[in-house]
Amino acid sequence: MSVSTSPRTVVRGTKKPQSFSDWANKHRKWLFAAPAMIFVGLLIVFPLVWTVYLSLTDSHGSVRAPSQFIGFANYLEVLSDTERFWPAAGRTAYFTITALVVEVVLGMMIALLLWRPFRGEKWVRVAILLPLVATPVAVGMMWRLIFDPNMGFANQMLGWFGIPAQPWLSGQSTALPTTIFMDIWQWTPMVVLILLAGLTSLSDEPDEAARMDGANAWQRFFFVTLPLMMPTVIVAILLRSIDALKTFDILYATKGKGGGSFHEVETLNIYAYGLSFDYNEYGLSSAVLMIFFFIIIGVMWMLTRRKKGSK
Amino acid sequence: MSNQLSTLERQPPMTRRDPAMAKRKPLGVRVYTRFRFVALAVVVLSLLAPLAWLVASSLKTNVDIYDASKTFFFVPTLENYANVLTRNNYFVFIFNSFWVASASTILSLILGVPAAYAMSRFTMHRSALVVLMARVIPGISLLVPWYYVFSNMKMVGGFTVLILSHMFVALPLIVYIMMSYFDSMPLELEESAQVDGLTPIGAFRRITLPLSVGGMATAGILSFIFSWNNFMFALVLSGSKTKTLPVAIFDFVSYASIDWGGLMAAATVVTVPIMVIALFTQKYIVSGMTAGATKG
Repeated sequence: MSVSTSPRTVVRGTKKPQSFSDWANKHRKWLFAAPAMIFVGLLIVFPLVWTVYLSLTDSHGSVRAPSQFIGFANYLEVLSDTERFWPAAGRTAYFTITALVVEVVLGMMIALLLWRPFRGEKWVRVAILLPLVATPVAVGMMWRLIFDPNMGFANQMLGWFGIPAQPWLSGQSTALPTTIFMDIWQWTPMVVLILLAGLTSLSDEPDEAARMDGANAWQRFFFVTLPLMMPTVIVAILLRSIDALKTFDILYATKGKGGGSFHEVETLNIYAYGLSFDYNEYGLSSAVLMIFFFIIIGVMWMLTRRKKGSK
Repeated sequence: MSNQLSTLERQPPMTRRDPAMAKRKPLGVRVYTRFRFVALAVVVLSLLAPLAWLVASSLKTNVDIYDASKTFFFVPTLENYANVLTRNNYFVFIFNSFWVASASTILSLILGVPAAYAMSRFTMHRSALVVLMARVIPGISLLVPWYYVFSNMKMVGGFTVLILSHMFVALPLIVYIMMSYFDSMPLELEESAQVDGLTPIGAFRRITLPLSVGGMATAGILSFIFSWNNFMFALVLSGSKTKTLPVAIFDFVSYASIDWGGLMAAATVVTVPIMVIALFTQKYIVSGMTAGATKG
């Protein structure tokens, strides 16, 4: 780096007795990075290694209790479990994909609406910001009241249009879509912000050139703006999919343990939490978490590969 | 409606003077302006209406909440707030949340800002990846080992463990935001400071740090919000004395019948402070949320 060749360091470096300040300046790279990395190492790498170990044992009841090393038996049990694991994996995929598709499409539409300056822009931006910072548990409680089958505002509103009342969160087939709706309400604004930042950083020239060539608004969007926006879209998908896969707060706040009495909203995260803290099946839950972790890494790898490919 | 037209459209005098041009172009623009107004109104309404509903319900008695005729018109009461704040000891939970969020944010800034600086200036991509891994890992996989280790050290239920667990969320966020901030800061400033006699660390302390206050505000505000909103870690690691607001709200529904008015008051107490902070720091939050998004 050019920093280390600055005159001062060179002059000081030739003197033999080095003060602490010289030493610190020389090693500042690791001096600066080490505390954070040690913290992360202690709090993450060590627990992660332990999770790998636990996943290979039959640890249950208490982590302190003696446990047997049983190899990959937990993984086999989990992967052949069609009652809880696979439905939970399916729900995780359903939740994530549906929420993401709606959020990106809706987010792109809203970002395009906000793209060019207009009066009252400030107020729209405030409205977009508020759901984003709201506490997810409180948001879950808010929707619980709104979607209450008996007295909730959602059914009251459907009533005005003559649509029969829906069970929403308490219905076996409607609970998961309802939680997806909550996720969309809270996180579409984040996609809007990211895409809007991307749109405003685009240069006007390609769009102008296409306009000169007689392209209409649709053509300009699909053949000029969208391809230029692809890197930003993928960043938005990447950030959102990490969080959507791991959604916990609104699911636990609205349906409680096990994702409801029929496990209607039990995703992998909720399932693993239940195994760990309700059933104390640490070995099994560690295996679920490892598989879950690999799924997340796999999704990220696929997305970043796409990103590099599109450059 | 005409004043809604974009400045771009209004400015060129040609469009106003030439009738042929004025007829064609503004029509499309005007239709779009009107459509955009309606569409944005729908967006704003659907984002804000649920929040308005939350606050409105917190001002209703439980009888009024069940009364469909009092959906919009009711006599507001502060009874729910009085109940929540006094009987349920919410002041303690508010203090806990505030203390955990502030401490974890400040400590993460102390650890994270120099680390982000080193990772940005020395392009330590692999080290950065290790820190950013923390964002990807499912938090639950860390909770079991943490719980075991910290309960052995008799720390579960104390503030230390909560603050540490929230730092786990805050630190990667701060490193991520500050790295993109330092990346965009010109090297020349530090170099000229060193030519003028400052050591590299001195240049960081006296030149780079004061210039990155904006970035630190962004990172700090976001990590405060994330800590304030965090539910899962506190659910497992907090005790009766260190319970934070999201867990306190959740405890509301563990009873047989839900006190809806009280629950909505509690939910308002937790979200409104953070929304007020967000309103005043909007610019920072937006730049934090979109940090690194446009680099491609």
